[in-house]
Amino acid sequence: MASNVSSNSRPSVMSTKIVIAGGFGAGKTTLVGSVSEIPPVTTEAVMTEASIAHDDVSSTPDKVTTTVAMDFGRLTLDEELIMYMFGTPGQARFWFMWDDLVRGAVGAVVVVDARRLADCFDAIDYFEKNQNIPYIIALNRFDGEREYTVEQIREAVEVGPDVPIIEFDARDRLSSGSVLKQLLKYTLSRPEQPELVG
Amino acid sequence: MRSHRRRRGARIRPYTFTGGRTRSRHPLMVQTLVSIADPRAELPRNLMPESQQIYELCAQVRSVAEISAELKIPLGVTQVLLSDLADQGLVYIHPTITGHSPSENQVLERALRGLERLFQ
Repeated sequence: MASNVSSNSRPSVMSTKIVIAGGFGAGKTTLVGSVSEIPPVTTEAVMTEASIAHDDVSSTPDKVTTTVAMDFGRLTLDEELIMYMFGTPGQARFWFMWDDLVRGAVGAVVVVDARRLADCFDAIDYFEKNQNIPYIIALNRFDGEREYTVEQIREAVEVGPDVPIIEFDARDRLSSGSVLKQLLKYTLSRPEQPELVG
Repeated sequence: MRSHRRRRGARIRPYTFTGGRTRSRHPLMVQTLVSIADPRAELPRNLMPESQQIYELCAQVRSVAEISAELKIPLGVTQVLLSDLADQGLVYIHPTITGHSPSENQVLERALRGLERLFQ
């Protein structure tokens, strides 16, 4: 087969995205900063909170506009493939904007701080319900503390044996990189979506 | 009702910012890459300053999120303005790999190989 790429003046570079979720302060931004080829960038999304927080049904729709900051980093994986890592806003009250951010992601990492397990429940719930996004749990080991085993964590956060849980150090580049590799391997190992099998 | 629909708006758009639209018609996600479709193309004179700034950034391949961050224009507005530029054939929208189709597995494998090279 003759390659005809050069006749196409349009660059064939494409992109993909993974989402880094987890509780506030669990290490999401640290992870992104450890692996990203650019300093993590913060962008703002203006969100309209319509009747999310308020049960207001007065005649004028009571819309509250909030600006939510998101961090992201970038990795050039080869000449024609760029991967972005997006950190989700940690606070639970911004959950309504997750669909937009998660849409089109090849996978997600839920960063967990074992000392504050409850902080990650919202994120895990979200991905448990949103079955089409594969996710793994990355246990951020601050200062090497080992109070709980992976199996104890699995029980505590109530995820099935199919969800990989790996330990890592978000400050360490290679360790954080291994989390991304693990996510891609898991994504590739998942059975294909039945409706798309040809 | 039909008399109220004016086609002129589709071609020349003297809107204020996004004309009230909050959604883009193109599959523009935060990670989607965009670039100038034809470097020789002439820019319409009535382009808003924000659209012009976005267009100029597109001289290099960039993601929607990067453009938004660089110009400090909120993501949603950036998406709508980029969508308009794409409508006018000024901006090319690159493919976005979501992994939701088995045909994309090859690209995901490339992604994994890339990660393995970077984080040995």
